Amino acid sequence: MRIEISGIVCRYGTTPAVSGVDLTIADGEFVALLGPSGSGKTTLLRAMAGLEVPEAGSLAFDGADALALPPNRRGVGFVFQHYALFKHMTVADNIAFGLSIRPRALRPDKVAIRAKVDELLELVQLPGLAKRYPQQLSGGQRQRVALARALAIEPKLLLLDEPFGALDTQVRTELRLWLKGLHRRLGVTSVFVTHDQEEAMELADRIVVMRAGRIEQVGTSAEVYAAPASPFVYGFLGQANQIGCTVAGGVAGTDAVILAEGLELPDGAATAWFRPHQVDLVPEGPALDGELIDLTVIGARVKGTLKYRGKLITVELAEKSDLAVGPCKWRPREVRIYPV
Amino acid sequence: MATSLSTSGISRRALIALAFLLLLVFLVAPLVLVFTRAFGDGLEAPIAALREPDALAAIRLTLLVAAIAVPLNLVFGLAASWAIAKFRFRGRSLLVTLIDLPLSVSPVVSGLVYVLVFGAQGLFGPWLIGHGIKIVFAVPGIVLASVFVTLPFVARELIPLMEAQGRLEEEAALTLGATGWQTFRRVTLPNVRWGLLYGVLLCNARAMGEFGAVSVVSGHIRGLTNTMPLHIEVLYNEYNLPAAFTVAALLALLALVTLAAKSLLEWHLNDEPSTSSR
Repeated sequence: MRIEISGIVCRYGTTPAVSGVDLTIADGEFVALLGPSGSGKTTLLRAMAGLEVPEAGSLAFDGADALALPPNRRGVGFVFQHYALFKHMTVADNIAFGLSIRPRALRPDKVAIRAKVDELLELVQLPGLAKRYPQQLSGGQRQRVALARALAIEPKLLLLDEPFGALDTQVRTELRLWLKGLHRRLGVTSVFVTHDQEEAMELADRIVVMRAGRIEQVGTSAEVYAAPASPFVYGFLGQANQIGCTVAGGVAGTDAVILAEGLELPDGAATAWFRPHQVDLVPEGPALDGELIDLTVIGARVKGTLKYRGKLITVELAEKSDLAVGPCKWRPREVRIYPV
Repeated sequence: MATSLSTSGISRRALIALAFLLLLVFLVAPLVLVFTRAFGDGLEAPIAALREPDALAAIRLTLLVAAIAVPLNLVFGLAASWAIAKFRFRGRSLLVTLIDLPLSVSPVVSGLVYVLVFGAQGLFGPWLIGHGIKIVFAVPGIVLASVFVTLPFVARELIPLMEAQGRLEEEAALTLGATGWQTFRRVTLPNVRWGLLYGVLLCNARAMGEFGAVSVVSGHIRGLTNTMPLHIEVLYNEYNLPAAFTVAALLALLALVTLAAKSLLEWHLNDEPSTSSR
């Protein structure tokens, strides 16, 4: 299903949560809403499900107005962060819920519902757990039951709120791969919320980076990682260092070291951003003066901390026998320049 | 370390013994006495006392009052706690305070208020008399007073429970296509069913046992407006002690059954897998 969001505004009391978001999601796409807490990503997801009512904007599913529909008629599958399984029902009853509450004319018969439940339990790899209660399951199992329950109504849009947030690392990695495969198999348009950039890059076709209720950038993980639209996105997508510099005639430099050329930026003060692995130690040529104050060897790489103009800079270098703490010459290999 | 532990062991045992002793003296002994006084001289006198027309009328009236007050407060309690626990609206905290009002006001005062509003000299008195409606010193007044006094029990039991459960399961039901009523019937209600039953039991115990408020509005017309507690008082004041203790024993029995049902409920609560995380 194709989703078109335009100008959505949501508020909790007087606090704005989402302040004007435009986004189009193609049929079958797997999209991540990525951002820190308070960036409005969950609110946007809930608005798509109808659990929040936006005060402005429009939302269309396949061209039809969706805001006019109450949540129980949108046909959207929603997986909650803490699963929200029905505690008083068995796993089978949880999964069957969406089918068993349909009006008689649309309700599959008992045999068909049971068959569907078995099929979904097979799909989420939990056969044999139909009679258990949610309290008797592990976190990962509950997550998969919640997913099966959402899939039972054959939604055209699947929304997942921090789907792996409450799980430990190992289960998380396992479930991630599994979910990716499942999406490939089912092809249902899916949107998930996460604050973990690694998770977003690993799973999503497209990443929507959000900040303070607005979209900062939309793109594939490669696009977003290679060309972050703002310092915020740069900083959010991984470890980052920044140093001050000056732009003049399209050339950014500091201390007679040219950091980047051919920029389309106005002259003036700017910041240069670079990642730890983009730092080189250079014995000769134009370089910045710094001081290595800490070195840790991790396998074939060396992680270090460099002091430059009173600022700490994280570096990641290939191991060399002559590395030692003390004064050094260094320069970033690649940078992104953002005007101040 | 070992010494201090054993000392605390001794003092703990002493405290527990003291607690049991106090319970025995203040709660169990009087209850046992009521039953021994009632049934001590054989069953003939008590049975005769219960078959007396006024006693039968009092029992009937008490059951009638409970049969009206409990369902009313069941519905009210459910609706009020649902609204309070699941929604944020203007006047919410006022509603919470109002629900607690019957607990903080002396029952006699609650009864008096009804006399002031519906009595012959009361606010609506002339209008009611003009239309031939009798509320005070009649069954409707007793029912009203009982409903008022027992109003908080169901709601107070459910509000914390529903607040703790939050809205997530209901939202999940909604996204799965459930209507409001289906969500209530199949998700909200089953989640609070034991708490609800507990609240109803307490409400029922109070509805049957209420004395103060009912006493003010009843007018003590024997055989017509006397409930069991009022009937006991009348008998006691007439020095008809065997009969008084017989009816009292019956009332106490109702309380004991309620308590037993409550314990059974709690035992069930701890046992059931679907609620064991409570």
